[in-house]
Amino acid sequence: MLLIGAEDEEKWLAEGIAGIQHNAFYLHRALDSNNLRDALKYSAQMLSELRTSKLSPQKYYELYMRAFDELRILEMFFKDESKHGVSVVDLYELVQHAGNILPRLYLLCTVGSVYIKSKEAPAKELLQDLVEMCHGVQHPIRGLFLRSYLAQISRDKLLDIGSDYEGDAETVMDAVEFILENFTEMNKLWVRMQLEGPGRVREKREKERSALQELVGKNLHVLSQIEGVDLEIYKETVLPRVLEQVVNCKDDLSQYYLMDCIIQVFPDEYHLQTLEMLLAAFPQVQPTVDIKTVLSRLMDRLSKYAASSADVLTEFLQVEAFTKLSNAIEKVIKMQVDMPAVGAITLYVSLLTFTLRVHPDRLDYVDQVLGACVKKLSSIPKLEDRWATKQLVALLSAPLEKYNDTVTALTLSNYPRVMDHLDNGTNKVMAMVIIESIMKNNTCISTADKVEVLFELIKGLIKDLDGATDELDEEDFKDEQNSVAKLIHMLYNNEPEEMLKIICIVWKHIMAGGPKRLPFTVPSLVFSALRLVRQMQGQEGDIVGEEVPATPKKIFQLLSQMIEALSAVPSPELALRLYLQCAKAANGCDLEYVAYEFFTQVFVLYEEEIANSKAQVTAIHLIIGALQRMNVFNVENRDTLTHKTTGYSARLLKKPDQCRAVYACSHLFWVDGQDGIRDGERVLLCLKRALRIANAAQQMASIARDSSGPLTLFVEILNKYLYYFEKGNKQITAAAIQHLIELINTEMQSDSATSDAFLASTLRYIQFQKQRGGVMGAKFESIKL
Amino acid sequence: MVLVLAIGDLHIPHRAPDLPPKFKSMLVPGKIQHIICTGNLCIKEVHDYFKTLCPDLHITRGEYDEDSRYPENKTLTIGQFKLGTIGQFKLGICHGHQVIPWGDLDSLAMVQRQLDVDILVTGHTHQFKAYKHEGGVVINPGSATGAYSSFTYDVNPSFVLMDIDGLRVVVYVYELIDGEVKVDKIDFKKTATAPSAH
Repeated sequence: MLLIGAEDEEKWLAEGIAGIQHNAFYLHRALDSNNLRDALKYSAQMLSELRTSKLSPQKYYELYMRAFDELRILEMFFKDESKHGVSVVDLYELVQHAGNILPRLYLLCTVGSVYIKSKEAPAKELLQDLVEMCHGVQHPIRGLFLRSYLAQISRDKLLDIGSDYEGDAETVMDAVEFILENFTEMNKLWVRMQLEGPGRVREKREKERSALQELVGKNLHVLSQIEGVDLEIYKETVLPRVLEQVVNCKDDLSQYYLMDCIIQVFPDEYHLQTLEMLLAAFPQVQPTVDIKTVLSRLMDRLSKYAASSADVLTEFLQVEAFTKLSNAIEKVIKMQVDMPAVGAITLYVSLLTFTLRVHPDRLDYVDQVLGACVKKLSSIPKLEDRWATKQLVALLSAPLEKYNDTVTALTLSNYPRVMDHLDNGTNKVMAMVIIESIMKNNTCISTADKVEVLFELIKGLIKDLDGATDELDEEDFKDEQNSVAKLIHMLYNNEPEEMLKIICIVWKHIMAGGPKRLPFTVPSLVFSALRLVRQMQGQEGDIVGEEVPATPKKIFQLLSQMIEALSAVPSPELALRLYLQCAKAANGCDLEYVAYEFFTQVFVLYEEEIANSKAQVTAIHLIIGALQRMNVFNVENRDTLTHKTTGYSARLLKKPDQCRAVYACSHLFWVDGQDGIRDGERVLLCLKRALRIANAAQQMASIARDSSGPLTLFVEILNKYLYYFEKGNKQITAAAIQHLIELINTEMQSDSATSDAFLASTLRYIQFQKQRGGVMGAKFESIKL
Repeated sequence: MVLVLAIGDLHIPHRAPDLPPKFKSMLVPGKIQHIICTGNLCIKEVHDYFKTLCPDLHITRGEYDEDSRYPENKTLTIGQFKLGTIGQFKLGICHGHQVIPWGDLDSLAMVQRQLDVDILVTGHTHQFKAYKHEGGVVINPGSATGAYSSFTYDVNPSFVLMDIDGLRVVVYVYELIDGEVKVDKIDFKKTATAPSAH
């Protein structure tokens, strides 16, 4: 078949078709006049067009179809003996006189079809006869189409023979034998196409061959449709013969197509029962065949089959499907030495998918698959291929998706080993996948061991890995660290002992994170620890533990370490807040010295690290607020801390800030509650001091900026006066309040009032209290407005 | 009818990983006209989430917030003038760590007078509160995640939805108790001079 040019081919095809049409015309005329002799003559001439060598498979097919249509008409003629008066037996004899072998065989097949249907001779003999005679045509394309024709016209009869209605075991075997014989010969012809003809480009040849693959595959289709072909026959006869041909033909294209065809065409039940035989063929194919794809497809099919019913599942266990597939994969990988890493990994992904669907409870199987993958990965240098990496991520993600409880994945011993083979970037991606899975499923990790495993797995996020040249996008980095921070809240155990162990393990891991990570991770762990302290407060007595007795004191020691590391980053503001939280918690545990120590750290940070004035203002208010609520200190200690606090308050940079902080400090001397301190004098001292500062601020503002500005400070202080007046501080008199109001009014007149509304509502409040009557009303009565 | 969501003190990721799922499914975009957030989100992710619920978002700074640019306090006006009646509510927001003593009604009342608002929304204590005093109403939506608080040992996740209609505001508080969402409501009415509770 020399294909010189597409144009030429078109021309030849056109010629061929013209030839067929020409002869068909005369054929029809002969049929109309019941002229058998002429009919045979013209049909033979027509069929001679199929003797061409010049056409490619697609074009030959077109020609073939024309002839095919005409042969159908001829067949009908043959069938009707009344028309031509010749018995089918004689007809069979007659057509053999055709000159050339190809037309002769086409005619024979056509008559044969009629002959078989007439049942005048045993089908078996006729079929055997025909299939053997086709041996006469050894040209690949012509032979393939001829045999395809034979298969087509005999199909109905084969199905009948093979069905329960008509057949017994023997006749079924006859049909099977026939098809197998035809199939084998067709495959040989198909394979031979690869070697035919000089100067052919290999790809082109393969493309042409691919166009014909279904002709060969059809045979298997028919086999699968014969009712009488049960599991027994499939196992004993069909599969062994087909596999034999597949392996022996040693042709890439054929092997790939046919293995796939077998798997698609025959039922999954059969595959399961013949698994060993089927799998044995896989390593035997040519090394260049992409057999892993076929193997993957087989596993996918079996996975779906397993999902169809529970009975099916027991079958899988009986035939030891997993073990067999596992072994087959190993053999294929071993045999195909040139298989790239991605190929092997894809196989493992398919096997894992299979395992998760079919044997989800067999964690040992899952681990085994991962282990096999690790072994393969260990034998190759570090993974560079992006596609392979993607497959590894798929491999690792599959158990996470399957088991909603991420903890299960943590028990797979080979899981971390697979992760070790990922490059740093992918390792982090995988770590994020794991964390997301935990968050999504609201999984609680509750034992120290599992926490240890988990943090080993996500170590790419926790610290800088070796050789990590991280130019990480800042946003991405924040996302990662925030994820870790959130994760910490998912680690919890009711037992204080175990919980403390967990906290210690987490600390051990995150402390290696370095200054960039600590500000994200430490707060979460601190609050986790504080929750534990609170939990332990609720429990009576000391818990006697083995090594690390879980006591609040122990936890506070740990907390101290953590926050110290944080302040060294440096992250003083955050550290200060956390120290305050610990002080408050220590207060709740009645640990005076611990609380005092924490306050000391707070002040050290304030003095040495917090220079920004805005930050100082916030910090001082947090200190005042916290100290105000502390009740664990003795008089001396409290005094020291209070003194420090008021001192710093008065030394804030801006006057208004000073003023506000100082009057806030007044509350340090007045605490509601039974044991609360109530030092009226010192309260008044604070308020007076605040007033002085407000005055100074007032003067500064009018000089420097010519504005009234801090007038609201006076109103604020007025409100504080009212506060203490109400609470019953004897040092705050109605007269003082009145005086203050007058002062404010005076100031207000001399300037456009900005605090009009504030003062107005304050005065309204005083009115309201007066009108309330009772004790409060009487008290407020003394304030003259 | 104007719906205002008051929410805060989530402390994500320092003290909690996320909003409770039951709350998340209730908070649907497009239903709320304004969001008032008392602070301590703490990260941008939460800010972005709120933005998807409602573009009109008002936040004040809590002491743990990552973004230091949030204001210390904020006021906004809701409602329009109607003929003859004042149909406006002025709301004020302030996180509350600045107001000493923490959680003290009288001190908060002073802030309310200072900001000159009808409703003051504040946080910090992680305890839901809604009370009326002479100068107006103070609402604390609590902590939406039930985050750890040195203030109280018993923190249930909670948030508040205010339905403002003319001179009336109905405060719905949603609390997650033992896994179930419980709703309570309180009515407040504003008179010409001062609000009173029903």
